[in-house]
Amino acid sequence: MTTRMFGAPVHRTEDPRLVTGNGRYLDDLGHDALAAAFVRSPYAHARITDIDVSEAIDVEGVVAIYTYEDLDGKTAERLPLLIPHPTLTNPMTGYALAPELVNHVGEPVAMVVATDRYVAEDACERIRVEYEQLPVVVGIEAARSGEALVHEEAPGNVAAHMVQEVGDTAAAIAAAPHRLTLALEIERSACMPMEGKGVYARWDSDEQSLRIYSSTQTSTGVRAAVAAKLGMPLAKVECIAPDVGGGFGVKIMHPWPEEVLVPWAARRLDADVKWVEDRREHFISSAHERGQLQDVEVGFDDEGRVLGLSVKLWHDNGAYTPYGIIVPIITSTQLLGPYKPGAYKCEFWSLFTNTVIVTPYRGAGRPQGVYAMERTMDAIADYLGKDRADVRSTNFIQPEEMPYDHGLLFQDGRPLMYDSGDFPASLAKLKELVGWDDFAAYRAEAEAAGRRVGLGIGCYVEGTGVGPYEGGHIQIETTGRVNVSTGLTSQGQGHQTVFAQIVAEELGVRMEDVHVTTGDTRRFQYAVGTFASRAAVMSGNAIALAARNVREKALRIAGEALEADPGDLEIVDGIVRVKGDPEAQVALSTIAVLSNPLRYAFDESAKAATQFAGTPDMDKPPVADDEEPGLEGKDFYSPPRATFANGMHAAIVETDPQTAEITILRYCVIHDCGRMINPMIVEGQVHGGVAQGVGGALYERMAYDEAGQLLNASFMDFLMPYASEVPHVETDHLETPSPLNPLGIKGAGEAGCIPVTAVIASAIEDAEGFPITSMPISPTELWDLRHRHAAGELPGLRRGSRTTTTAPTA
Amino acid sequence: MTDTTSTVEQQLEITLRVNGVARTATAPARRLLSDFLRHDLRLTGTHVGCEHGVCGACTVLVDGQPMRSCLMFAVTAQDHEITTVEGLAPDAEQMSPVQQAFTECHGLQCGFCTPGFLTTITAYLQENPDPTEAEARECISGNLCRCTGYQNIVKSVLRAAEITHEREAGA
Repeated sequence: MTTRMFGAPVHRTEDPRLVTGNGRYLDDLGHDALAAAFVRSPYAHARITDIDVSEAIDVEGVVAIYTYEDLDGKTAERLPLLIPHPTLTNPMTGYALAPELVNHVGEPVAMVVATDRYVAEDACERIRVEYEQLPVVVGIEAARSGEALVHEEAPGNVAAHMVQEVGDTAAAIAAAPHRLTLALEIERSACMPMEGKGVYARWDSDEQSLRIYSSTQTSTGVRAAVAAKLGMPLAKVECIAPDVGGGFGVKIMHPWPEEVLVPWAARRLDADVKWVEDRREHFISSAHERGQLQDVEVGFDDEGRVLGLSVKLWHDNGAYTPYGIIVPIITSTQLLGPYKPGAYKCEFWSLFTNTVIVTPYRGAGRPQGVYAMERTMDAIADYLGKDRADVRSTNFIQPEEMPYDHGLLFQDGRPLMYDSGDFPASLAKLKELVGWDDFAAYRAEAEAAGRRVGLGIGCYVEGTGVGPYEGGHIQIETTGRVNVSTGLTSQGQGHQTVFAQIVAEELGVRMEDVHVTTGDTRRFQYAVGTFASRAAVMSGNAIALAARNVREKALRIAGEALEADPGDLEIVDGIVRVKGDPEAQVALSTIAVLSNPLRYAFDESAKAATQFAGTPDMDKPPVADDEEPGLEGKDFYSPPRATFANGMHAAIVETDPQTAEITILRYCVIHDCGRMINPMIVEGQVHGGVAQGVGGALYERMAYDEAGQLLNASFMDFLMPYASEVPHVETDHLETPSPLNPLGIKGAGEAGCIPVTAVIASAIEDAEGFPITSMPISPTELWDLRHRHAAGELPGLRRGSRTTTTAPTA
Repeated sequence: MTDTTSTVEQQLEITLRVNGVARTATAPARRLLSDFLRHDLRLTGTHVGCEHGVCGACTVLVDGQPMRSCLMFAVTAQDHEITTVEGLAPDAEQMSPVQQAFTECHGLQCGFCTPGFLTTITAYLQENPDPTEAEARECISGNLCRCTGYQNIVKSVLRAAEITHEREAGA
């Protein structure tokens, strides 16, 4: 038997290329292309009254300067609303170049194309734009007040208002023995991949065709959007996502203005044109996420069982809604986590502000939802003086209740129905890993030494692998090389490796013979994209199904060649053989030869398949009616609904009694994403997610001033965590296979970051003894809270002596 | 029209020794070393993440010392030995210990920040061939990675030290 590849911690096959400097990211391509640069609005809300390019046009090396006036056809129309929704009653999208109004700092106003990026930027400096400033809306409270409007078409700054309810929530809360309300806040952060966005377009005037390279999470999406905007046949446009230096959500938004403008200019100038985003541009003209205000009202019994939960959310969607209201929909549904409230109502308002747009960022609305729910669980435990893990446990959906239907609609427009999971088992593992029951003793010891420590917990469920579909194609060459292609893209998740593992396992071939291509519309034209932790689930299963098709065909042909029943055959290391008879065998490479009858002998293997080779059955055509030449297969996977991964995190933090510095001492993760294709890669995803979560919990925020200027639009000022800020992550896994797909897998890409803000808030609160309701939290803010608490302005937690909530076991 | 707009930028012939080889290209005085390496010499392994010296993705070795190539002008790098990620491997068949360690320990995901880590760690291990875990973490704490959470990069530093010793013992 060959070694099992599925489930093995196989080293990544992408790495040798990437560690030797042989990666090819967007800016590594097109050295000779013309360079684009953009003039962007310096104001958050303004009317453009004049644009004067006369000084710029004479800069040596400038090829063209474009403003809105130059755009034609659909490029002059608003950018598409990608995901419409019935409750999105005031949708608004921007333009490739602003025609009249600008609605956030960074919105593109003019485009310069020059021989060199330095020159293009010189020219941008010389373009004079006159603006008439308009009232600016920054922050959710200003948006909610509706005193100033971002768009006149959207009264109250409301883009969408959505309500979902199961049961009679008001009555359930009113009838509950206990009630609590919480007012919570969470600030903006951003994906911040190390590689920004970028587009490189090559126009072929002979073919009248366009090739676009984009640092995107969806090459098929960009292809279709650009073809539509430029009025080109889809068949004349191809899009390739080369190596992509991280995405985390921001690169699923499309088409970005630059993705329309760069190809448009390339066609117009009959030249290659490239634009590579710089870091400041990424801060002020890409996308952010996370900002929400949340009001929670909960009714519960003496055990802490939630009987009714009512949540109101105000979501900051920024200046436009091109990606719809996916983020607040996810918050409003996924905040339920592993729990079953008796009755549930969630109402949200998605609000316009004069700030950068909000589109999904890793976790996509879930960190906020989990924050709301977990703060609530902690508050219930505190109110009742109960163990926080016990209160959670009381509310868990039990394994035997799976599949569990919440009666709500999820982000994919399908029922919010959990497919599998064992929450009590996960909690037991987490308590064991972090030493939950021993913490009181540890705290007492620390307190005796003058240290202040706290333990936090957070549980989540994550809808992963949303549809509608992905596909896979496998072709075996006559050399034995196995070419695998799928349409979705990669941004560092190790797709080349995990998809090859699946194919190696399903086909019985060696990993080194498998070559995976992702995100290239020349190779696979039907795809959705890489987001929502869907790649392994969607393309993984599609590729497995395609492999099974190829395997079946290979065994059928081998059966004829070996005069054996295909059912008696197996494939080991690329050789088809009769089980129990190692002598009777034929290589897959030979079957590839046999599968394709040829007229021409262009090489040695082809010679074996020509019309005069072998002894064909003259009564049959060379290719049977229901057969196709070649040893290849294709299939698609389309799930009925999302599959739900889950996990639980716990952290121990220390807060400095003097400086209020916050240090994470331990960080523990229990993670269940069903069957793992490659545990090493899954763990890597978890580590990275936790690091982003730590950033969101303690450091990262978008510091806008009242005029809508982003004050920290650089890595110098926006505090992304370095190795010195990220804790070592201790992990353990549970594998609850998904019954929804053939491989039993669930997504793992976002899990790590989802509960971190909730966990850290929980731990700091536990250390300090007063509620934490606003995140992220800095030492300065914690210091202020301590003083407010000491002054009696901020009530402490209600629990009595902390050590009475859990009995020390040792 | 002003006089300045018609001024043609002065082009300089710049020669750098990169990875042991003298390379010459023409660029203006303001050309950043990172851009010169990437676009004029086409050594694209060195990446640019922020252009203000914070993220470390563009780190190259200048006379063996890690430097942010986005904070240097190409002209100022003349007369110095530059090593980029392309020059770390001893030969085409073999990866350097740090490169090998990254592949063994899953020390990278998207790989964009990786060259800056590799050059930084390579220089560090010259100074401290036997780092502790805390020192390994300290060594990489000037470079940003958005994917890995650093855990496996710390592991890679320790493993690289091991591989170096193994190779020395085997040689």
